[in-house]
Amino acid sequence: MNIDHTILTIITFVPLAGALVLALLPDRDRIQQWAALAVTLVTFLLTLHLPFHFDYSAAAGTFQFEQNLSWVTSPAIRYHVGVDGLSMWLIVLAGFLAPLGVLISWNAIDNRRRLFYIFFLLQQVAMLGIFVSLDLFLYYAFWELSLVPMALLIATFGRTENRRRAAIKFFLYAFIPSAILLVAMLWLYARTGTFDYPQLVQLAATHGISGNSSALWLASLAFLAAFAVKVPVFPLHGWLSDAVSEAPTAAVMVIAGKLGLYSILRFSFGLFPEQSHCIAPLMIALGAIGIVYGALLALVQKDLKRLAAYGTLGHVSVVILGVFAFTVSGIDGGIYQTINEGLGGSALFMLLGLLYERYRTYDIREYGGLAARLPWIVTMFVLTALSVVGLPMLNGFVGEFLVLSGAMQSTVAHHIGWTVLATTGVIFTASYMLWMIQRVFYGELSRRAESVDAIDLTAREHLALWPLVALFLLMGIASPIWLRAIDSAGSRIVSTIHQAQANDANFAASQTSGTELMTTASSTTKGGR
Amino acid sequence: MPADFLWLIPLLPFTGFLINGTLGRRLPRPLVAAIALIPTALSAILWISLWFSMKAPGAPESIQSVASLFGNTSWIAISGFHVDFAFSVDHLTLIMLGVVTCVGFLIHLYSVGYMAHEEGYWRFFAYLNLFMFFMLVLVLAANFLLLFVGWEGVGLASYLLIGFYFKKDSAANAGKKAFVVNRIGDFGFLLAMFLLIAHFGSLDFTTIFTAVNQHPEWQGGFLTAIALLLVVGATGKSAQIPLYVWLPDAMEGPTPVSALIHAATMVTAGIYMVARSHAIFDRSPYALGVVAIIGAATALFAACIGMVQHDIKRVLAYSTVSQLGYMFLACGVGAYTAGVFHLLTHAFFKALLFLAAGSVIHALSGEQDMRKMGGLRKRIPVTFWTMTMGVFAIAGLPPLAGFFSKDEILFRAFVSPNPIGKLLWLVGLITAGMTSFYMFRLWFKTFFGAERFEEHHDSHGHDAHGHGGVHESPLVMTLPLMVLALLSIIGGWVGVPEALGGHDEIGAFLEPVLSSTGVTVTEVVSHGTEIGLAAISVLVALTGLFAAYVLYYKKPGTAATYAQRFPALYRLVENKFYIDELYQAVIITPLLMFTRIVLGIAIDGGVVGGSAAAATATTRGLGSLVRRVQSGNIRSYAGWLALGAAAVIAVMIFGYTH
Repeated sequence: MNIDHTILTIITFVPLAGALVLALLPDRDRIQQWAALAVTLVTFLLTLHLPFHFDYSAAAGTFQFEQNLSWVTSPAIRYHVGVDGLSMWLIVLAGFLAPLGVLISWNAIDNRRRLFYIFFLLQQVAMLGIFVSLDLFLYYAFWELSLVPMALLIATFGRTENRRRAAIKFFLYAFIPSAILLVAMLWLYARTGTFDYPQLVQLAATHGISGNSSALWLASLAFLAAFAVKVPVFPLHGWLSDAVSEAPTAAVMVIAGKLGLYSILRFSFGLFPEQSHCIAPLMIALGAIGIVYGALLALVQKDLKRLAAYGTLGHVSVVILGVFAFTVSGIDGGIYQTINEGLGGSALFMLLGLLYERYRTYDIREYGGLAARLPWIVTMFVLTALSVVGLPMLNGFVGEFLVLSGAMQSTVAHHIGWTVLATTGVIFTASYMLWMIQRVFYGELSRRAESVDAIDLTAREHLALWPLVALFLLMGIASPIWLRAIDSAGSRIVSTIHQAQANDANFAASQTSGTELMTTASSTTKGGR
Repeated sequence: MPADFLWLIPLLPFTGFLINGTLGRRLPRPLVAAIALIPTALSAILWISLWFSMKAPGAPESIQSVASLFGNTSWIAISGFHVDFAFSVDHLTLIMLGVVTCVGFLIHLYSVGYMAHEEGYWRFFAYLNLFMFFMLVLVLAANFLLLFVGWEGVGLASYLLIGFYFKKDSAANAGKKAFVVNRIGDFGFLLAMFLLIAHFGSLDFTTIFTAVNQHPEWQGGFLTAIALLLVVGATGKSAQIPLYVWLPDAMEGPTPVSALIHAATMVTAGIYMVARSHAIFDRSPYALGVVAIIGAATALFAACIGMVQHDIKRVLAYSTVSQLGYMFLACGVGAYTAGVFHLLTHAFFKALLFLAAGSVIHALSGEQDMRKMGGLRKRIPVTFWTMTMGVFAIAGLPPLAGFFSKDEILFRAFVSPNPIGKLLWLVGLITAGMTSFYMFRLWFKTFFGAERFEEHHDSHGHDAHGHGGVHESPLVMTLPLMVLALLSIIGGWVGVPEALGGHDEIGAFLEPVLSSTGVTVTEVVSHGTEIGLAAISVLVALTGLFAAYVLYYKKPGTAATYAQRFPALYRLVENKFYIDELYQAVIITPLLMFTRIVLGIAIDGGVVGGSAAAATATTRGLGSLVRRVQSGNIRSYAGWLALGAAAVIAVMIFGYTH
């Protein structure tokens, strides 16, 4: 049997098998770490199969490495997995970050390691499952699964006494909209008799889901709300800074961004193209506001982790702006930026974690003057900051540039104003990043820094950081490697949306037989570049 | 030289950066210097060979070359838009390349001596090579985005080098300030590029400028918007009003950095960019007017501040801002050639002035205050004589370089069709007088009169050097001074106007690139007028010299009397018109207050956090029921799932039955 048909299943369930193995292994010496590292490395190597065997010439919209088996006959739930240009690199990203997460937790997690790594691997299963699932029910199972290990990681391994509260907050924020999401999914099933994603997309494109537009609207909002909280989209980020400031580094690396953003692109856009386009003016506004809001609040934080949390809000908002601009440039850039956020955010939280391990504080006022003592850490920090602020030749710039220029070309209402506002983000992001670097690394050595005899990066930490930094550079100068697959997905999404609009207008026109509507249809489709 | 190797020119210094950046810490100093200098010299040699191949009769006016990476010629490629690693050389680029590689090499050489006793020697040279790489990318780029790569990259190098002495708060602050202020400019530059993409679907120079030239009916409109946004970018990088504030602070960096980055090359990038995009600017008299006014205002304003500074490097910094204003003014009246000409001569004499000032500082073990100098003429003769050439050149005394280029700008302003052309000329003329005054003030205070410094044999200060006593700098430092002094003398001879018996070679050389369409039709002016205007500016320069002579040589102390007579005015100017304080009070503080109070407390704490608290409270009420029978998150999760499922089933049964 060709491995192409089972590779996704293998990728998804290797961490699960790994978790089972970890449960059986004793929690002493460093057995758990080594085992978790082995499992995550194997998973990562397996994910690399995808880009090397991805068929770039395949027709847009087809899924590859597909496996489609009947699971439950009634209701019709299938085990359907597959990958396209949208999800492929996100799977690789998830695979790539996991071993780094293990490396960075090596000493940071010093008790109940078994529990930690089991949760960590389960989280990994959930993420991979979300990216590969093409059956709504299957997807939902993974989606719900992703909440539990994260909440438990925060509740068990949180930094302060606040961990329980932060975990509950995180859980409720994510869970309540998810319950509504389930309702919407079941409603879809009730209307169509299928959970199969490609079939539902077909039906959505031909107005086959429901003629009841208010019901469709409600369902689309249920989807979007669940995803938006997870991203998080401003102003639904209430859980973010608490969860981030409590959660251990390895969990923070994956807490925000890619799951929600992917889900919006896959499910909101795929199943509700028309509604997504209608709500775009609101979403680009929230995206643009989120960029500036996140960056400005990052500027005034006194806690390094909260600073980075607000920074994260700004970066995911860039993606929101890009994808809801509904231009090829915006969506391609948005997907690229999703990967960037995963890498840059991870590097930043890893570095902050390293500082915490050395100085036992995230209070920025306790720091100062470390550059002379920790030359490697400062180098990594500056590189990460430059990636995040979008310096050309590093990855962040490619995504940010595509997003913002895509937003400028958009046809969504008020796009120019929001693009201008969003572009001011380049100023504020640079401000908070450089100010943070200055306060932590430059100037006179702080009293706390003087009292601790900290060492620079260890070999293990080098190993955890260099792959990220290398990718910053590589993705900054050789973006076509990634953009090729991404663009196939991005351009398809744009054409689908415009197709949907055209269909919609024709549909409406055929019912009212008004000539005016036809002209609006042609004027709205003209926007497709 | 084959065009396919254009990419080697920037890449050579980059290899130097990579080697010194990774291994430099462990290498001996001479090796570090060699690793940095050799690639720079090779780039300069490549430039020379390129020069000869393009000067040859019948040679093409421009060379294009697209590099590839991993088989991709594109840096960014999506459906309907791509940006390539495309380099091109035309006559404008050739001049810029020459300035960057040659002046760059001389300053590298000088740094070998200047930085000899500094910590972080390897770091310094690594950053310097990094700067060379990005600056060369900037001038070689064949599209706006690659230009922007260089643009941001030189900003990064500048940030790193200004903050080179990062233990000093002032240096760290200055680096951050430079980067952030430049980002404000980048904000404009980025928006300009977004508009270019939206209108042209490309960022390629040739594509855009050809399209503009093919559509003479495009006047103003979106081209004005693009041009004005580009100006925002240029005011950041080229330190013009209102974004000039970072440049004086940038003097916190080592002096060779001030010479290379903050005088000769990087800060001229804005002028280069405007000249490069002149096809767009030519279509927008409004945008050109804005450029001219910004330039003239900056020239005058910065010269005012420069007259009363005491720190030798700060005088030169304000002088740079002022001279960049001249170049802006030139572009604004459509005299791009004059702007580039001044850019060239300024690169020579300002690099010279900074390096000579560095030599003075070196001699005085780190002293930068001119009130503690004086009488150095005999002590450091080479520095004195070379710096004298620089002072005469910038003051605009014939036949030195600055005279010809500055005069060209003033002449072009005078004859420009701009309705306020004569006013612009007058402002430029007054600035010329002030320039002459503050430069001779510096000259007299540093080299003449009583020796006001202390001979100390201990070392202190950030530019401190281990060996005490006032001493001339070593040959490795004075040699670049001598070369630059020579260039400051003869550098202007390539642009002697016909009225003065020359042939304006540089004008003819740049003609294919910078020939304007339409707006710069100048009045036909007789050679007599041109000579008359030149005579006036020489007279003004001499007046400045004389005033400085009287105030700082003949009757030292008179200046202080004048200052006391107008204390408020003097304090205002001495404190740089309180512009930094103004920005702090009007922009930064209110913005931070707004963020803390409105965004942080009211919105994030109130609305966002408040709704969260409300949600938590409600669920806590419900959850307490569950908690009585169950505890732990997994169980309450199961409970929630059951509740949710029940709700779903209810909806399915009663809600949407077919």
